[in-house]
Amino acid sequence: MDILFLLIPLSLLLVLVIGVVFFWSVRSGQFDDLEGPGYRVLMDDDLPPDNDVSIGGK
Amino acid sequence: MSVPIDAVPPIRSDAKARSRPAPSCYHCGLPIPARVDLSVAIEGVPRPMCCAGCQAVAQAIVDNRLTEYYRHRDALPESPREAMPEALRDLGLFDHPDFQKSFVKPVGEYEREATLILEGITCSACIWLNEEHVAKQPGVTAVDINYATRRARVRWDERRIKLSAILAAVSAIGYRAYPYDAGRSEQLAQQERRAALRRLFVAGFGMMQVMMYAVPAYIADAGTMTADIESLLRWASLLLTLPVVGYSAAPFFRNAWRDVRLRRVGMDVPVALGVGSAFAASVWATLTASGEVYFDSVAMFVFFLLGGRFLEMVARQKAVRGVEALARALPAFAERMGHYPSRETERVAVSSLARGDVVLVKAGEIFPADGIVVEGRTSADEAMLTGESKPVEKMHGADVIGGSVNRTSPVVVRVTQVGNGSRISAILHLMERAQSEKPRVVELADRVATYFVAVLLVLAITTAAVWSVLDHSRALWVFVSVLVVSCPCALSLATPAALTAATGAMSGHGLLATRGHAIETLARATHFVFDKTGTLTYGRMHVTQTICLGPCEAEAALRTAAALEQYSEHAIGAGLCEAAGDAMADLPDVSAVRTFVGRGIEGTIGGIRYRVGRIEFVKEIAGSQRPLSAEGTDDEGQSPVALGSDLGWVALFKLHDQVRREAKALIDTLLREGRKVSILSGDAPGAVAAVAQILGVADARAGLSPEEKHAYLLNLQRQGAVVAMIGDGVNDAPVLAQAQVSVAMGGGTDLARTQGDFVLLSGNLSDLGRGVDLSRRAASIIRQNLVWAFAYNIVAIPAAMAGWITPWMAGIGMSASSLIVVLNALRLQRRNSPSLSGLRDNHWDAV
Repeated sequence: MDILFLLIPLSLLLVLVIGVVFFWSVRSGQFDDLEGPGYRVLMDDDLPPDNDVSIGGK
Repeated sequence: MSVPIDAVPPIRSDAKARSRPAPSCYHCGLPIPARVDLSVAIEGVPRPMCCAGCQAVAQAIVDNRLTEYYRHRDALPESPREAMPEALRDLGLFDHPDFQKSFVKPVGEYEREATLILEGITCSACIWLNEEHVAKQPGVTAVDINYATRRARVRWDERRIKLSAILAAVSAIGYRAYPYDAGRSEQLAQQERRAALRRLFVAGFGMMQVMMYAVPAYIADAGTMTADIESLLRWASLLLTLPVVGYSAAPFFRNAWRDVRLRRVGMDVPVALGVGSAFAASVWATLTASGEVYFDSVAMFVFFLLGGRFLEMVARQKAVRGVEALARALPAFAERMGHYPSRETERVAVSSLARGDVVLVKAGEIFPADGIVVEGRTSADEAMLTGESKPVEKMHGADVIGGSVNRTSPVVVRVTQVGNGSRISAILHLMERAQSEKPRVVELADRVATYFVAVLLVLAITTAAVWSVLDHSRALWVFVSVLVVSCPCALSLATPAALTAATGAMSGHGLLATRGHAIETLARATHFVFDKTGTLTYGRMHVTQTICLGPCEAEAALRTAAALEQYSEHAIGAGLCEAAGDAMADLPDVSAVRTFVGRGIEGTIGGIRYRVGRIEFVKEIAGSQRPLSAEGTDDEGQSPVALGSDLGWVALFKLHDQVRREAKALIDTLLREGRKVSILSGDAPGAVAAVAQILGVADARAGLSPEEKHAYLLNLQRQGAVVAMIGDGVNDAPVLAQAQVSVAMGGGTDLARTQGDFVLLSGNLSDLGRGVDLSRRAASIIRQNLVWAFAYNIVAIPAAMAGWITPWMAGIGMSASSLIVVLNALRLQRRNSPSLSGLRDNHWDAV
């Protein structure tokens, strides 16, 4: 069970790292709009660009 | 996600009146008028269009290869037919460096960034469409639209594109964009949200991790865990709980300290005491390696508490955004008279007004800046700014306050103070008013909660004293349990959470509460009193007949009437001006214009005094030589408007207005709920009776002056009725103020907007029906919440005092009871579809 003396401090360190990452993500505005990205994925433009269409039409 | 909309958009409700379903516009869904034959090929299939506006917009969407929009949209857009306000026609104004100063931010040497408000967005596909389209403009470097706030952040290269071109691109696809100065309140809201998120995260993450360390101690059999492992786990828990208590719970401690310093007891006091004493005792137990630790309870308790507050904050911010949108809907442009005393006016941005400029302010409009009246006389409503509820007379030379409302007559004002000071202070006043007013029920709940906390503290200390005699080792935990388990939060949150959620839900439906008491009162209202023109009807008057009463021509009479009515904001004025058509460009000069609220307009044209308006009003100067019996002129449900001069009668116009299609359903619902419905109108008896008959309203009164309407309401109130008044326009302002709760139609004049306890922004009566329904549900949810909060406390506190509840159970119990209250309140925000939703009408007329 001695390994716990290493693992538990390690878990604390991990918590700290995750906390820092989360603070950064809040700061960069990732949580300001929670709805949009979901729609954006669905609405992505699947059409090829203009000139490609004219070539494909031949 | 959404079901793709195919050939005929399904959202339109089928009006029963129409015998055969008219073909509807593929773009906006409005019925296509006869003789219109327009179409656009969308993805190879020709689709019918109702007007040139829709055709242009659809063509722009096709040309820009954005037809995917039509597959993904789940709501129809506004019709672009009139979606572009006159103000935006001068888009070039937005390129002026002075004007840009306030909202455009330089990013690089040539790169600029601005925040735009987008209007006309009805579904997520609209946002995609705008994003794609704007991003395709050459020179636009980035565009990012927030789905929740409908604000777009745009960056562009100044050398390659101008801001006006970006705004024009947005209007080409049928939407409207306004530059927007991201105000301080918005920044504050964002900061608040981010801080709350961080606190919630720290508490939640800390809670989970501390729980992991606590579980071994719970499940280990006695003696299987060595003392140093237990000590290690305790120290790890202590380290993780420290930020939860020190950072996440900091607001509770701060508020509790503030309360203590002010010598009062708020609901944060027991929370802070409970968290603080449980944490301190656990720290002591860890340091001395004795007793029990409750770090997991502390962390969990803080997390649940913050969770409840976070939900409440989100709901509140959503509601506030609605208020802000309203505040910004006030005009941003002024009519400047560049060469005063010449009558020419030009439309300029208010921010470009300078000291000494002369502006024309019509009746019902807002004064764009502080100034002095140089021509005309009127009365101004300064209630919003000064709290003075009576209108203030403004004669020549009087000071007017920017942001106050010109009530009665057009005036010419010389600007004395510029800067955004006046307008912004008006906006802030409105917003602050809505937020700062505590409804009576909330005040009551707060007072009760204060007593409750005081009693609780006494109980907790007494319990601790008793237990220290009975069983010294348990005294502290019982003390903490009593403090934590009792839930003044639930009691304090019960009412505001429900009201906030209802406010948010209503503003989502286009009904905006602008006063604290509004929702509570609307739920209690027993009488619903409606104005007719513009409220029960669309307020779009059409001249159906012109009868010449003297030696004149119909055309000329219309021109004269339109010349006078151009100063009016009443629907009749708009109808007459519309009928005058092309002649509007070449109207005779009018001087000495005076508006008589609810009666008509007087003005001098070519040295002759003319009056246009109600028959009795015109009779005063035209004399009664021409017999005009009211019965004979309005039997077809039409409104007569007379024109006369000092020389005699000139003409009689008959105007017709359509009843809103959703009005019948609203009134049926109200009547079914046992509320009384009346119609009070200044209009002629025939027209009112016709509307009342269509809607099935027994109590309809016609030909009332504002004073008579006011008196009628007063009489109802004396009989104990709680009156809700729904009105529109200058005529109704004093009546709206008299009613216990008032609803102003959003399409009405600016004055009515600031008078209503509610503003029906959507102009759709079915939204009002939903609002009434919501207010009733809010009232019942408040009752449920209060009953729950009391019941919970009556059971939990004695149990805790008896020592049956450990602190962690108390933590769960208290947080759960707060959460139940908040979640119960949030049920109001769910978009369910009550009886009226089928009648949702996206007609632009109604907006």
